[in-house]
Amino acid sequence: MASEAKKALFEPLVSNNPIALQILGICSALAVTSQLSVALIMCLALTAVCAFSNLSISLIRNHVPSSIRIIVQMTIIASLVIVVDQVLKAYAFDVSKKLAVFVGLIITNCIVMGRAEAYAMKNGPWNSFLDGIGNGLGYSLILIIVATVRELFGSGTLLGYQILAPVSEGGWYTPNGLMLLAPSAFIIIGLTIWAIRAFDPKQVEKPDYEMQNAHNAPAHGASGGH
Amino acid sequence: MDLVSLAVKSIFIENLALSFFLGMCTFLAVSKKIQTALGLGFAVFVVLAITVPVNNLIYQNFLQEGALAWAGLPEVDLSFLGLISYIGVIAALVQILEMFLDRFVPALYNALGIFLPLITVNCAILGASLFMVERDYTFTESVVYGASSGFGWALAIVALAGIREKLKYSDVPDGLQGLGITFITVGLMALGFLAFSGIQL
Amino acid sequence: MKKFNNLNLETRSMKGATKQAGFFHLPNDHIVKTIGVATLLCLVCSIIVSGAATLLKPTQVANALLDKKNNILAVSGISLEGKTVDQAFEQIDSLVIDIATGAVTDAVDATTFDQRKASKDAEYRVELSDDQDIAQIGGLSKYANVYLVKNQGAIDKIILPVKGYGLWGTMYGFIALEGDANTVSGITFYEHKETPGLGGEIENKKWQSSWVGKKVNDASGEPILQLIKGTVVAGTPQADYKIDGLAGATLTSNGVTNLVQFWLGENGFGPYLDKVRGQQNQASISMKTNVQERG
Repeated sequence: MASEAKKALFEPLVSNNPIALQILGICSALAVTSQLSVALIMCLALTAVCAFSNLSISLIRNHVPSSIRIIVQMTIIASLVIVVDQVLKAYAFDVSKKLAVFVGLIITNCIVMGRAEAYAMKNGPWNSFLDGIGNGLGYSLILIIVATVRELFGSGTLLGYQILAPVSEGGWYTPNGLMLLAPSAFIIIGLTIWAIRAFDPKQVEKPDYEMQNAHNAPAHGASGGH
Repeated sequence: MDLVSLAVKSIFIENLALSFFLGMCTFLAVSKKIQTALGLGFAVFVVLAITVPVNNLIYQNFLQEGALAWAGLPEVDLSFLGLISYIGVIAALVQILEMFLDRFVPALYNALGIFLPLITVNCAILGASLFMVERDYTFTESVVYGASSGFGWALAIVALAGIREKLKYSDVPDGLQGLGITFITVGLMALGFLAFSGIQL
Repeated sequence: MKKFNNLNLETRSMKGATKQAGFFHLPNDHIVKTIGVATLLCLVCSIIVSGAATLLKPTQVANALLDKKNNILAVSGISLEGKTVDQAFEQIDSLVIDIATGAVTDAVDATTFDQRKASKDAEYRVELSDDQDIAQIGGLSKYANVYLVKNQGAIDKIILPVKGYGLWGTMYGFIALEGDANTVSGITFYEHKETPGLGGEIENKKWQSSWVGKKVNDASGEPILQLIKGTVVAGTPQADYKIDGLAGATLTSNGVTNLVQFWLGENGFGPYLDKVRGQQNQASISMKTNVQERG
C-alpha cells in the first residue's frame, strides 16, 4: 500500500482523530451511544456515507464549478444518506427506529462535509475513498469506546448480552443510570480525549492564559476550534 | 397543545443543544467568547425561526403521504425526499438571508456574516426540522417551535461561553486543556438542564 | 449491495460523460458548465434516490407490518414455535369498533385500517377536551382496531392498541385482557422515547410480566389500575389494582397509569369492554338457565 494511502487510512484513527482533535461530528456520537449495537450500525452507516461521498466527489472534483461546490457536495451526501436510511429501514427495521432522526443528521455531520471539502476536492478517488474509510473508523473508534462504557456500566450488558449481573435479577451489580443519560457521553469523551493526549502529547492545546510566574514562555493565542 | 407551554418546553426542557446534543460542533468551537457566542446564537435563532416553518409548509404540501392530492396524485408518498428537501431549503435560505443582509442590513451582516455559512451544516437546524416532522407540528406550532428552540440553543451557547471565559484562568491538567475540559463542562451543564425534564405547564 | 451497484453506475456514467463531451472542456466557472453540472448531478442523484426508495419500499412496508404483527402476537401469548408470524397471526381476529358506542363497525376494512394513521386524518379524528385527555394525546380516531383471540367461539383474549404521553414523547403499545375484559394478561410497548434504563424499562419483560393477572375495574366499573411508587406488597388492600412503579421514572409511570386509565375508560375502549362483559354475563346466564332447565 502506498504511503499516502496508508496515511489516509490510519492517520485519522488516533493521531488526527476527527472527534477528539478536529471537533467534528460530535452530535450523533453523543446521541446514539447508549447501546453498543445501535452505535455499531451508526458507525457503519457513517463510514459508508463518508467513503462513498469522498469517492464520488473526488471523481467529479475537476468539473465542479467552485460557485456551486458546497451545494454539489451536499446533494451527493444527502442522496447517499437517503439511500442508507432506506436500506436501514428495509433491512434493519428495529435499529432504524432507534436511530430515528440521527441517520438523517449524518448529512450535517461535519466529518463527511469536512473530508469532502478538505481532502476529496484535492486528491484522487482511491486515496479519497481510503480517507473516508479512515475518518469513518476514527469516528467509530470513539463511538465504540463511549458505547462500550455506557452500555457496560449503564445496564450491565454488552451487545445485549448480560456481563455484569444486575441486582434486579439477583446479581451484584447496581446499574449506574447516569451512564445511560446523555451527559455521561460528554464526560466519557472528555476523558477519552485526555487519554489520547496523554498518549500523544503533541495534541495538547496551549492554554489561552498562563500564570506569569508559573511559566516564562510567552502566552499563545487561541488554538483548536477549526 | 398550548403554544406557551410548547415554547417553554423547547427552550428549557428539550433544549436542542443540551438535551438532544445537536449543533455540537459549532457549539464547542465557537464558544470561547461571549461576544461571538451571542452573534452565533442570534444567527441560529433567526435561521431556525425561518427554516422550520418553511420546511413545515413543504412537508405538508408536497412530501407527506397524500399531500399531493391537490395535484391529483393522492397516492404518492414522497416522504423519502424529506432529507434532501430540508437541507436544500436550509442551504438556499441561508444563502438568501446572507445576500439580503449584505444588501439591506450591512451592520447585521457584519455581525452575523462569518457564522451564516457555518449554520448550513449545523445539525441543530436540520435536527429541528426533522423533529418538527416527527412530532407532526402544525404550521403555527412549527413557528413557535422554530423560534423557541433557536432561542434555547442561543441561551445554551452563551452560558457555555460565559463559563469558558472564566475557565481559562483555571489550572487544567495538560491533556484536558481546551477541548477535553470543555466536553466535561458541557456534560455538567447538561446534567443541570436534566433538572428541567418532566416539567409540564 | 444495491448501494454499491448504484455507486458503480454513478462512477461509470461520470467517466463515460468525461470522454464524450466538449462540454467538459469548458472552464469550470462558465455558466453553461455550472448549469450543466448541476443538472447532471441532480439527474444522477434523483435516479439513485428514487430508485432506492421505490425498490426498497415493499420490503419496508412488509417489515413494518411484520413488526406490528409480532408485537400483537407477543402480547397475545400465542407461541410462535414452528410457525411463521403470518401463520400464527391467523389465530387472531382483527376487527374495528366505533369508539363512542363500542359497536363493531364495518365502515372501514379491519385488516387494513390503521388507527394510528387515522388519528391524524381529519376524516376520522375526534378532538379531546382537556379534562377528557388524561393521556395527553390530543385526539383519537373515532374507529379503533381491536384484536381478538378466540377459543371455541368464546373470546379468550382482547388485545387493544394504546398510546399516551410519557416523559419525552408518546408511548405506543398493546394491552391484552382476558376474556372477562377485566383481567390483564399482558402488556407491551413497541415505540417510545423514554430514558433508557429508567423510563425505558417499560420495555423490560420482567416488569411487563408483573402486569399479568392484575384487575382493571373496581366494583363500580371505573378503571383504577395504576402504577404506584415502589413495590406492590401482595396481600395489601387492592394489590390487584396496583403495579410496581418504575424506579427513577415517576413521570413515565404516571404516563403509563394515565394511558391505561384513559384507554380502558369511558373515552377509550370502555364502551366496547362493557359490551363484551354484558355479552358474557348473558352468555353465562343463558348457560346456567340451560343447565337448570336440563337438570
